[in-house]
Amino acid sequence: MKTKWIATGVAAAVLAGCAAMKDEAAYRREAAEAVKRDFHARGIATMDRLNQDELQRVCTEYNNNPPPALAKKIEDAQFETIKLPADRKFMGDWKVGARLAASGVGMTWSDKPGAAGGSCYNCHQLSPQQTSFGTMGPSLTGFGKKRGFSTENQQYAYMRIYNSKAFTACSSMPRFGHSGTLTEQQIKDLTAYLMDPNSPVNK
Amino acid sequence: MTKYAFVAALAALAWTAPAPAQTTAPADPTTEEFEKFRAVMEDANPAELWEVKGEQLWKTRRGPKNASLEQCDLGLGPGVVKGAYVQLPRYFPDVGKVMDAERRIVHCMVTLQGFSFEEIAKRPFSSGNYTPDPVSIVTFVAAQSRDMKIAVPQSHPKERETWELGKAIFHYRAGPWDFSCATCHGEDGKRIRTQNLPNFTKHDQAPRSFIGWPGYRMTGGVMHSLQWRMNDCFRQQRFPEPGYASDTITALLSYMGVNSNGFVYKGPGIKR
Repeated sequence: MKTKWIATGVAAAVLAGCAAMKDEAAYRREAAEAVKRDFHARGIATMDRLNQDELQRVCTEYNNNPPPALAKKIEDAQFETIKLPADRKFMGDWKVGARLAASGVGMTWSDKPGAAGGSCYNCHQLSPQQTSFGTMGPSLTGFGKKRGFSTENQQYAYMRIYNSKAFTACSSMPRFGHSGTLTEQQIKDLTAYLMDPNSPVNK
Repeated sequence: MTKYAFVAALAALAWTAPAPAQTTAPADPTTEEFEKFRAVMEDANPAELWEVKGEQLWKTRRGPKNASLEQCDLGLGPGVVKGAYVQLPRYFPDVGKVMDAERRIVHCMVTLQGFSFEEIAKRPFSSGNYTPDPVSIVTFVAAQSRDMKIAVPQSHPKERETWELGKAIFHYRAGPWDFSCATCHGEDGKRIRTQNLPNFTKHDQAPRSFIGWPGYRMTGGVMHSLQWRMNDCFRQQRFPEPGYASDTITALLSYMGVNSNGFVYKGPGIKR
């Protein structure tokens, strides 16, 4: 009858193992606790950065693919955060925009407060002359030329930079305006880089 | 204007969808030159200098207890270095926790030699002419797993839990830019500028997270380990700073290490 006891023992061990197994939600909670326990503030990177807002929590839970109704709810809420310029002028200086697009500084613990860049080339193709571009996001070459140089399209570009999640709930693109990374003027300069007919992006 | 009115106005202007950019890095002269240089350098990798230094540190009596690290158990028994690196992180019964290679080395420096963890953690990364001792030692230890298959264990329940925790942390979106590790390392065929981004969630690409580390980094001419690489990733993610040799780092190294199992480790590498 030794085999019977071994079988019972194995069954008990398996059950105990299954009971001990946590579901994904439990590991997500553990992850939030682990990072809060293990990280510390440095420079401008404070610990509140580890608190997920609702968007981050939902996008994490659904691995960036939430059900359509939930995605729409998120996008609508993000749309409400967009602050348009009071003068409703969306275009700054594309030459300043070009520098901002190429700059990868800002918001890290090794950056001074106020240092700011768009990090655009990290993820996007922009000027056709620049071959050092990333592919995390779609190519933006010819952005204005392809769409037309209208004020509606200027506003669209401005809004995309301010909060891309208003259009794509779990987008990889940071919310440059909403997060306080870029000022209104800086977003206008980047909008000009995308939308000015004289910008290299549209040549 | 509501969002829908705005989108409708845009649709009326009939803008075209953006074209996808080419996915593999274009013939970027800088990358090409570096790859040629790397091929030459790998024949005589500067990392070998730190392998020698690390071996010295392993065998020399040091610290308040005037002991060597030759009794340090890296998971295969006291003093067994060969093959240990590719089987880390793993569970250690003496501490009841899963530890990664560098963390275990530091544990031995503290328990066997009497060094202070807090002192080590004050300056844990290389810069200029300074290489912390754990970095030299982990370079030596890693070299002793050269040409062996990555075999991070998952036999103990805590090892499996650590992998799960690592996976959850890997996907945790947070910070002002909403980044998780997966934002950059969770998709195929992406790159940041001209730096290709392997998808660490996939078995065939995850080895890029393991192979080549510890690595001699050309930028600055320093030796860096995975503890440094994890730290610098979180900096660029716009997170606050992870604790050196913390559970979070072990969990991430477990996740990526297990995902890399089966691939042959070539020893310390060269990085840009």
